[in-house]
Amino acid sequence: MSHDITHDELSQDHDHKPKGFVNRWLLTTNHKDIGTMYLVFALAMFILGGSMAMVIRLELFQPGLQFVEPFFFNQMTTMHALFMIFGAVMPAFVGLANWMVPMMIGAPDMALPRLNNFSFWLLPFAFVVLASTFFMPGGAPAGGWTMYPPLVLQGGQNVAFLVFAVHLMGISSILGAINIIATIVNMRAPNVGYLNMPMFVWTWLITAFLLILVMPVLAGAVTMLLTDRYFGTSFFNAAGGGDPVMFQHIFWFFGHPEVYIMILPSFGIVSEIIPTFARKRLFGYVSMVYATAAIAFLSFIVWAHHMFSVGMPLGGQLYFMYATMLIAVPTGVKVFNWLATMWRGAMTFETPMLFSIAFVALFTIGGFSGVMMALAPVDLQYHDTYFIVAHFHYVLVPGSVFAIIAAAYYWLPKWTGHMYDERLGKIHFWWSAISVNVLFFPQHFLGLAGMPRRIPDYSTQFAEFNMWSSIGGFAFGLAQVFFVYIVIKTVRGGQKATSQVWEDAKGLEWTVPSPAPHHTFDEYKPVDLNRMAHGDTH
Amino acid sequence: MMKKQTKSGLLAGGLLMSGMASAEYGLNLPKGVSDYSGQVYDMHMMVLWICVVIGIGVFGAMFYTIFAHRKSKGVEPAQFSHSTTVEIIWTAIPVLILIAIALPATKGMMQMDSPRDAQGEPVTMDMTVKITGYQWKWRYDYLDEGFGFLSTLTADSNIARQKGSGVDVNTVDNYLLDVDNPLVIPTNTNIRFLLTSDDVIHSWWVPEFGWKRDAIPGFINEAWTNIKEPGTYRGQCAELCGKDHGYMPIVVEVLSQSDYAQWLAQQNGDAVAEQPATQNESSGTELTESAQSDESDTDMADVGETLPTEVGESLTETTSDETDEQMSDQQAQESQAQEVTAGNENEQSDGGWSMDKLMARGEEVYNTQCLACHKIDGSGMPPAFPSLVDSEVVSGDVAKNIDVVTHGVSGTAMAPFGRMLPAEDVAAVITYIRNSFGHETGDRVQPADIEAVLQ
Repeated sequence: MSHDITHDELSQDHDHKPKGFVNRWLLTTNHKDIGTMYLVFALAMFILGGSMAMVIRLELFQPGLQFVEPFFFNQMTTMHALFMIFGAVMPAFVGLANWMVPMMIGAPDMALPRLNNFSFWLLPFAFVVLASTFFMPGGAPAGGWTMYPPLVLQGGQNVAFLVFAVHLMGISSILGAINIIATIVNMRAPNVGYLNMPMFVWTWLITAFLLILVMPVLAGAVTMLLTDRYFGTSFFNAAGGGDPVMFQHIFWFFGHPEVYIMILPSFGIVSEIIPTFARKRLFGYVSMVYATAAIAFLSFIVWAHHMFSVGMPLGGQLYFMYATMLIAVPTGVKVFNWLATMWRGAMTFETPMLFSIAFVALFTIGGFSGVMMALAPVDLQYHDTYFIVAHFHYVLVPGSVFAIIAAAYYWLPKWTGHMYDERLGKIHFWWSAISVNVLFFPQHFLGLAGMPRRIPDYSTQFAEFNMWSSIGGFAFGLAQVFFVYIVIKTVRGGQKATSQVWEDAKGLEWTVPSPAPHHTFDEYKPVDLNRMAHGDTH
Repeated sequence: MMKKQTKSGLLAGGLLMSGMASAEYGLNLPKGVSDYSGQVYDMHMMVLWICVVIGIGVFGAMFYTIFAHRKSKGVEPAQFSHSTTVEIIWTAIPVLILIAIALPATKGMMQMDSPRDAQGEPVTMDMTVKITGYQWKWRYDYLDEGFGFLSTLTADSNIARQKGSGVDVNTVDNYLLDVDNPLVIPTNTNIRFLLTSDDVIHSWWVPEFGWKRDAIPGFINEAWTNIKEPGTYRGQCAELCGKDHGYMPIVVEVLSQSDYAQWLAQQNGDAVAEQPATQNESSGTELTESAQSDESDTDMADVGETLPTEVGESLTETTSDETDEQMSDQQAQESQAQEVTAGNENEQSDGGWSMDKLMARGEEVYNTQCLACHKIDGSGMPPAFPSLVDSEVVSGDVAKNIDVVTHGVSGTAMAPFGRMLPAEDVAAVITYIRNSFGHETGDRVQPADIEAVLQ
């Protein structure tokens, strides 16, 4: 259908872009346009989820309740997490995969273009379903994004909407993952072997397998919640012979790989950016691939470290402690490899590089607190306090989010054909990097001093650090509004980007014009392996 | 209420110091007050310092390379891209460090799981406290002694924490970290805690003890401690448990063994409650008095202080689950109490409670138990937490009203208060709501009415 239209207008449009909003966006099967939609959607959800975080930090600015009721506060923490995880970070990665994976392996498009369209358009509906609960009697889900029963089942009507929204997001993720695997396995240019692939492609291949393996588990868990709530089953109801802790096991069997789903593509992104700006090949490419696979494997066998306080048998606790500590090894390898890539390079510090270096440094801080929490006896102190809030925000915000921002600056010239404003980009970086630490670093102290997470009000001894954290939060939030401005400005105009964009950057994406034409690599033929971004494979 | 707290605070003497210490501005994990919490603290510091040292190495190298290896200095990029030796080294060293950390952690966990003394002999537990989590309060049952009580956020915190309360929370002592009835335990005693919950999952956490443990409905979890230092230790529920998760603090008064014995004797009614004022040093006694009067009707506490053993005993037991049998007994004795307690002229000739007394008691109960959801003016937060102002349950049939309050409403946060509170409290609060917030039903619900539906 849209195909015919493009043929008619072939003479006017070299890009073969379909005409009209409906054909161009709603019905599109083009990986670049779908990638754009994913990224725009993720940015919108990031701003929405971020405004919920602003409500949280506003209420926590000082002790006492000033702005919202505790029940609404709990809705904010719950929805902030769901929006950020399923609405912002995951779709942003899928958007980047859509744009970049085919271009990086010399493929004309994703393997399953219609499925690609479907998996995107599920998302807006999923989030309309989820957000609609705000306007229902009883309000939005307020039992935490972890949805632990029996608390979540007190949610009234929103339980059904929460479950169906999660189902839709899960289907979207599974279909997206199938598509990415099919593309990487089948659509590489004829001479591109697995060990020629850029790290970003590798990390996404592994992430896609994680998604396919764990999203059905989440779907199963929330379906059991649904039947417990509406159909009288007792999967998680102790009074009916069920087990509320079983939900936690099932949830975290999904949840821990989910954590890596949100970080592995970031590893890929910085593994592209750091070599470019260090003007040096990625150090230890093969060990990077193995380390990523090892982290992915370990992610399946450590889930109960989220549950040390539920009272597992000693043997179980010891096992989960040892397995968790093992993750530090491949993660350490990655950090050392990035350092070695920078070592004796010839570095310049454009905005993507700044965000990537900040990623390595601040992700490492999150890694340290991760090692601390692996120790089960000490975790019984850290667990469910602001210490863990600091930990996972360090790996998610200056971790995943910084990597996504770095990717946006790195590839924006390729997407839009315009260079972003380097001066504004640097302001955005320093503003974000400083405020994110003011926001999250004091939370380590709050947690150690005894402040539990998910509370709307606190004892007065926690006042000072909460105030700092809130100030950092407002500054960080504002910085991201500034980022939106920079992106819009770049889309609208700016210095013309060359096809190479970055000096000596490796990667097939830099061999096509900027902005990238609507269709790239539409002939099945070998590519120049020397232009690929892979490292030295000996 | 304020006055009572000040009194118990002052009389607590030495306890005051540690109370202040726990309110200090903290940066680090507390060292805690048991051997175990000390071990946890040492482990925390060890792994923290290991991280700091590794961090200095990693960040040092990073700063050096950022400083030295930049294009603006005219350096040419090196061409190396792997080194098997280096990669083996930086894989092996972290493994060794992790093994070094895992050893003490394993020891620590075994100590928590099955404690052993210095000779390696299994430690026996000297007493058991059952902890039950409710939305949003704790219940402590002394299983060896056969009594227990609820522990709820104090009224002054509870009022100050309301949005738009107009109270400066900085003026409230131990804001959000104070309860009406603290858990009281002795020092140098191996205490086993059994934790469970009656509704959703809670988590019992006192940082000074070095652990937290979830209270899960349908499960009984176990933990233990042995506290060296008398003092007041504060904590909070650590697992999201709904709207008022932030408002169910934990306060533990640790008394020396002799003070504890005295406190226990009072709880059991083995001693005459009235103690000479000269016993100020034994803070346990004084604390107990205020605790007791907080937990039950003030009138009743007066009765308890002036009546001999049996009455004191039955009073204590009314706060536990088995209210049913004790009540008629108690009411009978109440008319006796009238004679000994001056100024207690509110009793009706029919032996029931007067309207004034029910209303006064009801308001007190309402403000500690109901206000969190239904708000001080009864307006609630519909639809999750219904308004009492235009409620047909409150304005309609009294039997239905008693049923809702006594048995709760399943699938909602409305708890079965008949099982949690003494019958007279339930009766008083039902009377209170039926004659407040614009309702004037004139109904006078008696403790016996509650007992009747609990049968």
